[in-house]
Amino acid sequence: MKYIQEYRKPEIQKKIIKEIQKYGSELRKRLNIMEVCGTHTMAIGKYGIRKIMPESINLISGPGCPVCVTPLNYIDKAIGLTKINDVIITTFGDMMKVPGSYSSLEKEKSNGSKIFVVYSPVDALEIAEKNKSKNVIFLSVGFETTTPSIAQTIKIAKDKKIKNFFILCGNKIIPPAMEFLLKEKDTEINGFLCPGHVSTIIGAEPYKKISEKYNIPCVISGFEPADILYSIYLILRCIIEGKAEVINEYKRTVREKGNLKAKKIINEVFEICDSEWRGIGKIENSGYKLKEEFSQFDAEKKFKIDVKYPEEKTGCICGEILKGKKKPFECPLFEKICNPENPFGPCMVSSEGTCSAYYKYEKR
Amino acid sequence: MKKDKILISHGSGGKLMYSLIENIFLKKFKNEIIEKLTDSAVIEFDDFELCFTTDSYTVDPIFFNGGDIGKLSVCGTLNDLSVMGAIPLYLSSSFIIEEGFDIDLLEKITESMKRISDIAGVKIVTGDTKVVEKGKVDKIFINTSGIGIKDKNLKIGIENIKVGDVVIINGTIGEHGMAVLLSRNMFNIKSNIKSDCAPLNKLINEIIEIGGIKFMRDPTRGGVSATLNEIVRNQKFGILIYEDKIPVKEEVLSMCEILGFEPLNIANEGKVIIICDKKKSEEIIKRMKKNIYGKEARIIGEIVKNPEGKVIMETITGSIRIVDSPIGEQFPRIC
Repeated sequence: MKYIQEYRKPEIQKKIIKEIQKYGSELRKRLNIMEVCGTHTMAIGKYGIRKIMPESINLISGPGCPVCVTPLNYIDKAIGLTKINDVIITTFGDMMKVPGSYSSLEKEKSNGSKIFVVYSPVDALEIAEKNKSKNVIFLSVGFETTTPSIAQTIKIAKDKKIKNFFILCGNKIIPPAMEFLLKEKDTEINGFLCPGHVSTIIGAEPYKKISEKYNIPCVISGFEPADILYSIYLILRCIIEGKAEVINEYKRTVREKGNLKAKKIINEVFEICDSEWRGIGKIENSGYKLKEEFSQFDAEKKFKIDVKYPEEKTGCICGEILKGKKKPFECPLFEKICNPENPFGPCMVSSEGTCSAYYKYEKR
Repeated sequence: MKKDKILISHGSGGKLMYSLIENIFLKKFKNEIIEKLTDSAVIEFDDFELCFTTDSYTVDPIFFNGGDIGKLSVCGTLNDLSVMGAIPLYLSSSFIIEEGFDIDLLEKITESMKRISDIAGVKIVTGDTKVVEKGKVDKIFINTSGIGIKDKNLKIGIENIKVGDVVIINGTIGEHGMAVLLSRNMFNIKSNIKSDCAPLNKLINEIIEIGGIKFMRDPTRGGVSATLNEIVRNQKFGILIYEDKIPVKEEVLSMCEILGFEPLNIANEGKVIIICDKKKSEEIIKRMKKNIYGKEARIIGEIVKNPEGKVIMETITGSIRIVDSPIGEQFPRIC
């Protein structure tokens, strides 16, 4: 089976859109449906899904782009680490361009710092094994999707007694951020399009508490346009039938209880802590830190990192955008001063950031 | 330019590179030939036009699935001449080689250059060799320049494009960039994706005879989206393409999904975008399909009045979205 092209037949999309429009006309007020995940934001832009929604349905983007919510202070620390002798920084590619207060990793690389893009934390560990005289630091960011592979890498490093591998830990947990947004006074969210990749790990359960407590439908969605359209349809059906349910649309990948093995390994290596989200602020129990028995891998404990107080650029409304309160078009900097070549805020720099998606696919 | 150092992104064929060309090279070298920014310079003589082009090739790894740096260096320059409507005749080849490089490999590379130039019917007539200390270049860099002759009466240029013309491509997209990326073995993924690297001069010469061709360009770095955006830049027309008409192999599509790339932004080395009169399109496609490099030729879009200077796409949902030039280096996403 052509498992991508089968999903992308135009007839399938058009059939679901017709159903959405039918429901859309029955709505009495305009609904805000939030896609939490950056990959959903990109897909919505890429297939023009926002534009074909009926007037009564407003798709808003949430805080689910790991690069965007990594705090400025973290970037500044990472840049600080590049200045230390014999340090090699390893990072996911998306982090390269993120502007810190004073510089970016991409700029530091062109200045001669040793920074390597890796696709997996295991590759970073390999670099450490091959460069015993250097200290290799992996910039550990990402949500539940990436955290298990980092935890596994740490375990391997411990088993192999590798002494020159460290992580700068900035991993985050999605459901507390969703709950945080529901508590915000001037944000109205009527339904969540829940992140498919994250849910592969955590399963459907964490959304049940949210759905019950706040009476809001949550649909775990895949990333094909047909998945997203069908999930929107399911959210509308819940709303019209007056039900607050958690529905797993992405059944071909997401199990009810998630990936037990992955969850176990996260819990072995990490413990939950409060965490700072760029543009949003501190969210309780929304981050991970290394457990005491793995603290030898903590770059912040090993190296003294000198960073000045972070300076966020003025005028940027990424915070409001990450909370779904505003759209990129409402930002005075959007397109004019802030664009992907010269990004001002994090939502523009990340390939999965909301501003970047709007710039790429939806600017006039 | 605000950034004061050259970043990798400046060489990626996107907007940053364009700003480098405009603000540094064009500013200094400005003359009536270079300022046209065509794939080859066109120098006019009494009864013909001479097309002249140059390109340097660096690729990691130097041998990849479907080709090598030698094949690339011949095809790339040939294709730059061909899309101007010229018949490529002669090439130069210039090597910068790292100390310690295997002579066996050099033989393999030159063998591959010879084979492709024989197939294409061009001669490599001059060359140069430099060897630099270990670490000063990465293995081997090749520069090739080429000249070709063009019929004076053949009018190929963006200025000929009119609303209603159609956009044709000769086959599936994104294979070269993806094949090279996967040959680096970064992702531990085995795949059969082969570079599409190919000499297109014969295919192009065959269809030029039919007439009706307004403009051609090979969508290399930056892919189809960069090329289409170059075509509409500052023009009084736009381009509309149809997502479901764009040919992409399932393997390439899958890899794009895994890495967070778009096939439209990925480099090709054996593809050509042709803008032609709609009335001639059927005949052109029919002829293309007879050539090995045009088997999957098809119309993927058309020239539209609005929006001016932009490329848009009707997606599979029936909605319309912008297709922008890719910006800077493409990085795999986090999750």
